[in-house]
Amino acid sequence: MSHSPYLRESRTVQQIMLHVLLALLPGIAAYVWQFGPGILIQLLLASVTALAAEAVMLKLRGKPLGLYLRDLSAIVTAWLIALSLPPIGPWWMIVLATLCAIVVAKHLYGGLGQNPFNPAMVAFCVMIVAFPALMSQWPAAGLDPPQQIDLILGGERPLDAITAATPLDALRTGLRTGGEDARVAEITQGPAFGLIGGSGWEWVVAGFAAGGLYLLWRRIIGWQLPAAFLVTMALTALLLWGMHPARFASPLLHLASGGTVLAAFFIITDPVSGSTTPRGKLVFAGGAAFIAYMIRSFGNYPDGIAFAVLLMNICVPLIDMYTQPPVFGHKRGSS
Amino acid sequence: MLQKLFTFHGGVKPDSRKDASTCRPIRPLAMPAELVVPLHQSIGGTPRPLVRVGDRVLKGERIGAAEGPVSAAVHAPTSGTVKAVEERTMPHPSGLPASCVVIETDGEDRWIEREPVPWKSMKGDELRDFLRDAGIVGLGGATFPSHIKLRPATAPTHTLVLNGAECEPFITCDDMLMRERADEIVRGAGIMARMLAVERVLIGIEDNKPEAIAAMRAAVDGDIQVVAIPTLYPAGGEKQLLRVLTGVEVAAGRRPLDFGLQCFNVGTAYRVARAIDHAEPLISRIVTVAGNVEEPGNFEVLVGTPIDELLKAGRPRADTDRVLMGGPMMGFALPTTAAPVVKATNCVLAGSPSLLPPPPPEMACIRCGTCADHCPADLQPFELYWFGRSHNFGKAQEYHLFDCIECGCCSYVCPSHIPLVDYFRFTKSEIWARERERAAADIARERFEARNDRQEREKREKAERLAAKADATRKKLAETGAGDGAPPSPAEEAKKALIAAALERAKQQKSSVKARNTENLPADKQAEIDEIEARRARSERRTVEPPEPS
Amino acid sequence: MIAALLVMAGLALVLGAILGFAAVRFKVQGDPLVDKIDAILPQTQCGQCGFPGCRPYANAIADGEADINQCPPGGDEGVRKLADLLGREYKPLNEEHGVEKPKAVAMIDEQTCIGCTLCIQACPVDAIVGAAKQMHTVVEADCTGCELCVAPCPVDCITMEPLSETVQNWKWKYPTIPIGKAA
Repeated sequence: MSHSPYLRESRTVQQIMLHVLLALLPGIAAYVWQFGPGILIQLLLASVTALAAEAVMLKLRGKPLGLYLRDLSAIVTAWLIALSLPPIGPWWMIVLATLCAIVVAKHLYGGLGQNPFNPAMVAFCVMIVAFPALMSQWPAAGLDPPQQIDLILGGERPLDAITAATPLDALRTGLRTGGEDARVAEITQGPAFGLIGGSGWEWVVAGFAAGGLYLLWRRIIGWQLPAAFLVTMALTALLLWGMHPARFASPLLHLASGGTVLAAFFIITDPVSGSTTPRGKLVFAGGAAFIAYMIRSFGNYPDGIAFAVLLMNICVPLIDMYTQPPVFGHKRGSS
Repeated sequence: MLQKLFTFHGGVKPDSRKDASTCRPIRPLAMPAELVVPLHQSIGGTPRPLVRVGDRVLKGERIGAAEGPVSAAVHAPTSGTVKAVEERTMPHPSGLPASCVVIETDGEDRWIEREPVPWKSMKGDELRDFLRDAGIVGLGGATFPSHIKLRPATAPTHTLVLNGAECEPFITCDDMLMRERADEIVRGAGIMARMLAVERVLIGIEDNKPEAIAAMRAAVDGDIQVVAIPTLYPAGGEKQLLRVLTGVEVAAGRRPLDFGLQCFNVGTAYRVARAIDHAEPLISRIVTVAGNVEEPGNFEVLVGTPIDELLKAGRPRADTDRVLMGGPMMGFALPTTAAPVVKATNCVLAGSPSLLPPPPPEMACIRCGTCADHCPADLQPFELYWFGRSHNFGKAQEYHLFDCIECGCCSYVCPSHIPLVDYFRFTKSEIWARERERAAADIARERFEARNDRQEREKREKAERLAAKADATRKKLAETGAGDGAPPSPAEEAKKALIAAALERAKQQKSSVKARNTENLPADKQAEIDEIEARRARSERRTVEPPEPS
Repeated sequence: MIAALLVMAGLALVLGAILGFAAVRFKVQGDPLVDKIDAILPQTQCGQCGFPGCRPYANAIADGEADINQCPPGGDEGVRKLADLLGREYKPLNEEHGVEKPKAVAMIDEQTCIGCTLCIQACPVDAIVGAAKQMHTVVEADCTGCELCVAPCPVDCITMEPLSETVQNWKWKYPTIPIGKAA
C-alpha cells in the first residue's frame, strides 16, 4: 500500500531527458547547416549503439528493460558523445566511445543515478587518449556530403585537403610553431577563425546557447552551473589576456569556441555526477571551467573540458559535504 | 497598515480543489447509534478512564481525565450508556487498536449542567487547568494540549498567530469555520491573547480563500490583524507560517514561545471560545468530506462518530477504492472506515484510481535536486534517501532528518517517483525505536549495578552480624557451659505444613481463574494457550479436581 | 658522521618526550573497550551467554575468553555491531546459548502468587515488587525479559508475555520496492 503524498507532479525523468534532447536540436541544426550531414550519421550510430548497449546491460543486470530504456538517458549520453567527437571520425570510433560510456562508465558503476563520472566525458577522454590523430580531424567548412559519409564508413583519409583543425587547435599549433614571435591576433586571421570564434562554429555555439536558455526557462537546469562555468571561463581568460594579449586569446574566443557553451548547458549539468548543493554547483562549475582553461592554454590537448569535468567529478563528494545549505532552524541568527 | 511578508524556501503548488466542498454551509450530522471515543486523542499521556460499563453519561461529561504533565481530558460527546471500555481500531496508519469508551447514544443529547466560566477573574493556572479538563487540543493536526502552549514563558510573548492557512488540497474545514463563525474565532483569539499577554494577534490566511479573509476582516477589531498570505503549500506548517508572517525562523528543537511567538489553529481558537463562553468541552469538530463523493461538504461531527457514517453523508461514488484521513499530501489511508472521528480528524477524503492515481513505478534517483529545491525545511532529501536506504541512521541524523516535517513536497516533485517521505518515516521510526531500546538498556544497566552493590553490601553486613553473634554466643557458652543439640522444634513442623497448605490453595485458585485479556485472540495464539492449558490440566488432574468456575 | 648521530639522537629524544607527554596528558581511565562492548549489549542481564550479566560478558569478550555470538537478546544485529567494533568476522548466533526471540516481559498471575519472594531474589534488575506472603507484581517498564524469574517460581505463575505493538511504538516499514526497481 502506498502512503502520502497521494498526489504527484507530472514531470518524469523521461520528460526531463526529452527536454534536453529538444534543447540540443537548434545546435544540431546549425551543425548540419555549417558542416554537412556527417553529424547526423554520428548521432544515429551513437543512439543505436547506446540503446543496444543499454538493453544488453539492463538484461544482464536483471533490470526491467522497458522502464529504463524509455527514460531516454542513454540517448542523451549518446548525443553528447556524438556532438563532442569529430563528425567525420570513422564509424567504429563513435560506436566504441558509446560502448565505453554506457557499459563502463554507466552500468559497471551501477546504472542510472550511480555513475560517479560523466559517461560522455569518460568516452571522450578514452578516445582522445587512444586515437589522438583521428580525434583532431575536423571537417573544413563546406566538405561535401558524399565525402563525409565515405570518411565515416572508413574511406581513405587524404587528410589535409578535407580536414581542418578546430580553432583552439589552430591557435595552439600557431603559437607553438610560431615560437616567440607568434601573435594571437595574426593567427586568428587564419581560415579556421570567424568573427568571434571558429568559422562556422559560431552558429553551432549560438544554437547550443539557445537550447541552454530553453532549459533554463523550463527549469530543467538551474542558473548556477552554466553561469559559474561561463563566468569563470571568461574571467580566467580575461585575466591572462589582459596580462599578455599577444600570447593568450580573448575571453570571447574562449567562450565561443570548443565545447564551452555545450559544456556549460549540457555536460556539466548532468546531475548524477555533478555537485548538487547550490554553493557546490558554483564551486563545481567554476573549478571545471578553470581547469578546462588551463588545459586548453597550457596543456597538449586541443580542449580540456572533458578532463576538467572528470577531475571535478572526483571532488563532488567533498564539495557536497562542505557546501550543505543551512537547514531551516539551523541558520545563523535563528538560534 | 500593510503587513510585510517573508518567504520560506521551496514549497509546491498542487491544485487546491477546495471549491467543491465550500459551496454548502456546514451541516450537522445525524446522531449515530454508537460513538467510539478513544481515550488517547492528544500528544502526551493517555487519559485515565472515569467511567465503567453500564454507566449513564451526559453530553459533555468527562469520561477520561488528563494523566501526566502533557495530556488533555476526553468527554462524552452526547448522552447515553457506556457499552464498553475496550480496544478498538484507531484512525492511524498502523491499523492497531487502542483503548476506547464505547457509548450507546440515547438520542436525547442531554447536556451535563454547565456554568459560565468567570475566566477574567480566574488565575492563569486555574484557567489552564480548566482548558485541560475541557479537552482543548490543537486542531491543526498535531493535537498538542493547548493549555500547555498558553503558559507564558519567561521572556514576554509579543505575537499570537492564528493559523488559517489551510494549505492542503481538498480540506476546507477551517475555511468554512472562518466564513461562518468568525466572531467566535476572534473571541477565542482575544482570550488566548490575554492569557499570553501579547501585543498583537496576526491571523494568517492563504489568499485562495477570499471569503474567509473577508469574513474574518469584518469580525476583527483592535490589535487583531488578518493577513492574506500567498498560496504555497506548506504555508500552513507552523514554522513556515511564523516565518511568512514575522520573518522569524524558529530554531530546530526550540519552541515558538522562545522567540516571543505562539501559534494556534483557528479551529482551536473557536473551541477555546466555546469552552469559556458555553462551558462546552471539545466534543465535536468540523470535518471536510471531499474527493470522490457526490455531495462534498463540511459537517459538524461528534468525536467518536464512525467515519463510515460521516462518509455516507457525502455519498461516496462507487469506484471509491480507499478513504484517507487528512489531505492528499499528508493524510493516510484509513485501515478501516469503522474507525472513529477523533479530535485530529480534519478531513475524510474518498479516493479513486483517477483522483489519487497509484504511484508510477519507482526509478533510480538521478540526484537532480528537484526535491531539495522544493523542501520547505531546506533539507537535501535525496541525500537523506540514500542514508535511509543504506540504514545509515547516524548520517541521516547528521543531515537533520528530524527537521523534516513530512509535508510530502519532495515525493510530490520527484521525477523518479521515489516515495521519499516513506523512507524518512521509516528512518525516523527506526531511530526512535533504537533510542527507546538504548534508554531501556541504560536503565537496566543502572538497576543491575545498583542491585549488585546492594547484594554485596547485604552480604558484608550479614557476615559482620554473624561474626558479632558468634562472638556473643561463644561468650555466652563460655559462661554457661555446653548446651544440648535440640531436635526440630514443633514450631518448624507447623511452618512446613502451612507452606504445603498454601501451595495447595494456590493451585486450586489458579485453576479456577481465567486469565484476562484473552478475548479476540488470533487462532494460532488460542491454540497455543489451549495446548498449555491441556498440559497443565494433565499434570494437575492427578492431585486436584478443578472446581467449576464461579 | 657525528652530526648525523647527533641529529638522530636529538630526534629520538624529542619524539620520545612528545610520546611520553601524550601518554600522561591523554591517559584514558579504565578500559574503554569494555565500556564500548557493554554499550552494545542489550543489558537484559539474562546470563544466557554463560556469564552473570552483561558487564561480565563484556569483560570476557574484551579478554578474549568469550565469543561475540553468545547473546541471544542482542540478536543478529548485536553480533554484527560487536564484529564491527572488534574488527572480527561476523558469525551467526551460537544456538547453544539460545535463539533470538521477540522482546517479552514477565507477567505474574496475581491470583496464583503465594508471595514466596523467590522471583524477587532472582530478578537481576529489581523489577519485581512485593514482600513475603504479599502478592508480587512486575514493574513492566523495568523488566528486561531475562526469564530468570520463571524457573524459581514454585507455583508456575510467571509467564513471558511478548510486548505487543501499540499505536505509540508502531514502526513505519521499509518502503516496499515496486517492480520498477529490482536492486
